[in-house]
Amino acid sequence: MTGFRPVYRKEIYSFFASPTFYVVALIFLIISGYFFFSAVSYYNILSFQGMQNPMWREQLNPTEMVLRPFFMDISVIMLLVCPLLTMRVLAEEKKSSTSELLFTYPLTDTGVLLGKFFATLSVLFIIILGTLPSLIYFGTLTHLRWQIVGAGYLGLALLAGAFISLGVLASSLTENQIIAAVLAFGALLLFWVIGWSRAFAGPTLARFINYISIINHFESFAKGVIDIRDVVYYIIFSTFFLFITLRFLESQRWRG
Amino acid sequence: MIEVESITKRYGSLVAIKDVSFTVEKGEIVGFLGPNGAGKTTTLKIITCYMPPTEGKVMVDGIDCLENSLAVRKRLGYLPESVPLYKEMTVKRFLNFVAESKGIEGKSRGKEIDRVTETCGLSKVKNRIIGHLSKGYRQRVGIAQALINDPPILIFDEPTIGLDPSQIIEIRQLIKDLGEEKTIILSSHILPEVSQVCQKVIIINKGKIIATETPANLTAQLQKSTRIVLQVKSDSQPIEAIIDKLSNIQGVKNITREDHNGTLIVETDQSKDLRPTISRTVIENNWDLIEIKLHDFSLEDIFLELVTKEEEAA
Repeated sequence: MTGFRPVYRKEIYSFFASPTFYVVALIFLIISGYFFFSAVSYYNILSFQGMQNPMWREQLNPTEMVLRPFFMDISVIMLLVCPLLTMRVLAEEKKSSTSELLFTYPLTDTGVLLGKFFATLSVLFIIILGTLPSLIYFGTLTHLRWQIVGAGYLGLALLAGAFISLGVLASSLTENQIIAAVLAFGALLLFWVIGWSRAFAGPTLARFINYISIINHFESFAKGVIDIRDVVYYIIFSTFFLFITLRFLESQRWRG
Repeated sequence: MIEVESITKRYGSLVAIKDVSFTVEKGEIVGFLGPNGAGKTTTLKIITCYMPPTEGKVMVDGIDCLENSLAVRKRLGYLPESVPLYKEMTVKRFLNFVAESKGIEGKSRGKEIDRVTETCGLSKVKNRIIGHLSKGYRQRVGIAQALINDPPILIFDEPTIGLDPSQIIEIRQLIKDLGEEKTIILSSHILPEVSQVCQKVIIINKGKIIATETPANLTAQLQKSTRIVLQVKSDSQPIEAIIDKLSNIQGVKNITREDHNGTLIVETDQSKDLRPTISRTVIENNWDLIEIKLHDFSLEDIFLELVTKEEEAA
């Protein structure tokens, strides 16, 4: 594990020194702000109507009507921006040959890789946390259950970890950042939409597809439910792809 | 200090180096010489544990590069050929990252950075962003990162490439100074550099070592004849006349005209110094002798000879 700390700190610095981070953060927050605004507006209209209709009033629920769609929306934006954050992680080192420095310092490959992974995760989570002030403000207007908000953010962090692990793998395959981003986006999208085909798959296959699908496991978090199976899924997903990346880094050096 | 035991490296079907063996003793400055694409960088990358050899093994300080690569890497400072640096960082921050990577504790890190910036003449640009520095300064940052944590072995891959002449002299001097207490391997395709700085030269061509010698020995070995450079002048006689006369001297093997200003190169037997005879002949024939000197074989000549011989044999 030697190497985690220096690489983590270097990566965090590189992120904050590059314009990519600021552009990605800006776009992320504008879009998520828009989604939040529309969810709240919709809820607002419904609650006005609810004042005339006592039947409706019972069903009005800020968790169900604002938080859940909001977290689902954030996961979609993450799908779009995550490849942009991960694309440079290893591809850039290879392109500029700084990998020759990094891998001749007394650092283990695992340490380097985990340093990079957690640095990207931290950066993405910082961007995600940028959405928190709007929720806090919303919480002053209505009764929000903060445990649900917490579960949502935990889910987002786990989802981000899964996205990033796949993105880092894509970045290790090439020295071209565009290719890394496209590969990561394609792979993530595939893991996302594969869940849709459960409708026409056989019962066994449907169960498998349901389990594989990266977003199905997030739905319970968005509802405020922390299911240990979902946590395990994301951890296994991230570990698996990081492990593949590690093997890939090694084999690349064997082949030269 | 460094033992390379018959290493071979293949990239797919391409054989980059084949059965390369050599040893480097403690405190030596060794020049690694060869034309572009000869396998210099590949060999250095293997010694620095960047990649493993396909066959053979490398021991650094008695430690196997494959078995305990971290321990080997701790003893090495490496400057890769392209001088890769994190361009978005300042010099200080970059060196801090290197120091942290090499396992220097937080407290002594600042001191270590001060030491290497001092050695490499970087104190003035410490707080500048590396991407904004000139090529010469970047080269020094590259050397500075190799020096951090004071490793006993330094490996420089083409350290003076792309620098201007005054920078080249500075870097060479720096390497010489470092060589007083460290073991250095230096790769280069520039021959004077190697003859000036190194105590031992390893010549590699097409992935194979073709000679391992001191620069002086190499010269002696290959010097089968002596060359005398001579400049003569006459207003009345054609140059051919004096060439004729000189060819008649015993021991002269061959005379060639170097240029149209009367410069001649006379190849003679090694056994005898023919300069007095030659100068006398020139004067006696009413020519003016402007210059006469012995021409040393440069490493260029030796190198070319070795490489061509190798190619003829193959």
